[in-house]
Amino acid sequence: MEQLKKSLSKTRSGIAGLDEITGGGLPTGRPTLICGAAGCGKTLFSLEFIVKGALEFDEPGVFMAFEEKAEELAINVASLGFDLDRLQRDKKIKVDYVHVERSEIEETGEYDLDGLFIRLGYAIDSIKAKRVVLDTIENLFTGLSNMAILRAELRRLFQWLKEKGVTAIITGEKGEGFLTRQGLEEYVSDCVILLDHRVINQISTRLLRIVKYRGSVHGTNEYPFLIDEQGISVLPITALRLEHPVSSERVSSGVESLDQMLEGRGFFRGSSILVSGTAGTGKTSIAAYFANETSKRKERCLYFAFEESPQQIIRNMRSIGIDLQQHIDNGYLQFNASRPTLNGLEMHLLTIHKMVKRFKPSAIILDPITNLITVGSVSEVKGMLIRLIDFLQAEQVTVMFTALTLNTVVNEQTDEGVSSLVDAWLLVRDIENNGERNRGMYIMKSRGMRHSNQVREFVISDDGVQLVDVYLGPEGVLTGSAREAQQLMEETGVVLRTHAVTRKDKEIERKRNVLQAKIESLKEEFESVTDELNKSYIEEELRKEVMEKNREELIKKRHDGNSNGSGK
Amino acid sequence: MASEEPEELEKNNEEQIEFVLRLYVIGASSNSVRAITNLKQICETHIKGRYTLDIIDVYQQKDIAETKQLIALPLLIKTLPLPERRLIGDMSDTNRVLRGLGINV
Repeated sequence: MEQLKKSLSKTRSGIAGLDEITGGGLPTGRPTLICGAAGCGKTLFSLEFIVKGALEFDEPGVFMAFEEKAEELAINVASLGFDLDRLQRDKKIKVDYVHVERSEIEETGEYDLDGLFIRLGYAIDSIKAKRVVLDTIENLFTGLSNMAILRAELRRLFQWLKEKGVTAIITGEKGEGFLTRQGLEEYVSDCVILLDHRVINQISTRLLRIVKYRGSVHGTNEYPFLIDEQGISVLPITALRLEHPVSSERVSSGVESLDQMLEGRGFFRGSSILVSGTAGTGKTSIAAYFANETSKRKERCLYFAFEESPQQIIRNMRSIGIDLQQHIDNGYLQFNASRPTLNGLEMHLLTIHKMVKRFKPSAIILDPITNLITVGSVSEVKGMLIRLIDFLQAEQVTVMFTALTLNTVVNEQTDEGVSSLVDAWLLVRDIENNGERNRGMYIMKSRGMRHSNQVREFVISDDGVQLVDVYLGPEGVLTGSAREAQQLMEETGVVLRTHAVTRKDKEIERKRNVLQAKIESLKEEFESVTDELNKSYIEEELRKEVMEKNREELIKKRHDGNSNGSGK
Repeated sequence: MASEEPEELEKNNEEQIEFVLRLYVIGASSNSVRAITNLKQICETHIKGRYTLDIIDVYQQKDIAETKQLIALPLLIKTLPLPERRLIGDMSDTNRVLRGLGINV
């Protein structure tokens, strides 16, 4: 194994991403062919190889230019921040411009390219170069006419380069039916990289493919690459194994009532959230809230706006009570606004990659992804988003997409077909009723949590975004003023009922009072009757007493008379 | 007679012209050796006595390969008379050499 590794030693190119695809770089001590059509970035590619070698890996390099003069090259790469002149003065780089002009040359018989060999050898030795670029050696074919000699000499040149032990890049123009016009791939058989600059629907995409890499495994796909102010970056994108770590940490959506619908805690960190809805349903507002919340937590958020300029978004969001500018000033929020048509899908993906790597956000927002359709087909957009989600999940970045649905009928398949990819899907839709349009929101899905199944009314006011329970009544779901009317009606009802209740209570009180009074009078009556009855009873008693007394009196009297009479 | 005169004149002029030639070779490669032999022969035949020829071995002065824009060798550079011309090869194609040098035969 160790032996094997040794035999396949690789030289790091220093070009971002390329070393990942090639599994370590270009084959050390061997020539690599880079071919492609005009303007595909061959020269820049090879120049970056040389410059990065000198700057980062302490490997001096010789750049032999057959097309551009040294001064032109210096100017061309100055925009990338490479100071070619200084590197030359420091003896880290040697640029040699080879001028071949057929009209100035008369061929008078057998010749060889020893001049080139000596020249190159001298240049290599003078700075102890480890890297060599020949850009584009095929130009020799336009300057010299003896094909047989040229071919033999090129074969010898590549062999010679191998013997010199320099890692070389040879560039070649793409030819008809062949990788290069002169069939250079025949001679350079160790590593061949094809660059392509494709324009589809007026959108250009730069692509790189490793056609062959002898003795090494390598990525075989077409990888998009980007040329910007930092040079070339290639995107190794198809590490599509679902092995990324997951987090069960929750992050708030920024809208409290929305968090409530998500078990009260919000989304999972590192998950992907799709907010879809028809035009003007407040998708951007939700996204801005999420951005605001992320920044408030002192986490970084990256906002990719494909429709509005940052200033526009900031202004608009101020009207609903969030100030995004302060987060930008604090460095927690960064906007990246570009028209989708600026470049191809892959370029967008690459830009996002680069920005994420540089800014290291904990959340990113793409608003809206629908616009990307303009630069690619549905399946392409889907492919791009798969890779993006994959990348972001590996980086534990929470991502929120907004998507525009064009029809009001809820389509299970969103336009981008990403619904199956995302972890959470919020749907904002119009509810048109009673001559007004209101927004209803519900959670279509949210993986791994018990989310609310209810439709909420989504209200955007000066105070911000809010989710209100819709009124569910016999007449169906009521929103907006209908809901408010219903609420008012209910309130009225309550008041009326309270009123009615009080009235009844009073009546009862009155009745009770009346009855009470009646009871009192009856009591009085009863007492008077009792008194009456008692009175006659006493009279009777009295009479009876008196009569008894009288009778006793009488008896006594009679007894007295009787004794008097007989004695007489 | 009158029609012959300018031709005679031109020929006379041509014969006055001095050639400054510089031949770049590498060591003793067969091409170099042939080129030297062939060129000397051509010069002796056609411009005898009015040429200077320097023969330079590039191996001895490797830096001139860059400064003189050398690629294919052997290389003959005719600096005078103007315009400067470059001839590569072993000089075996006499007609082409003569044409390259601007010598009418």
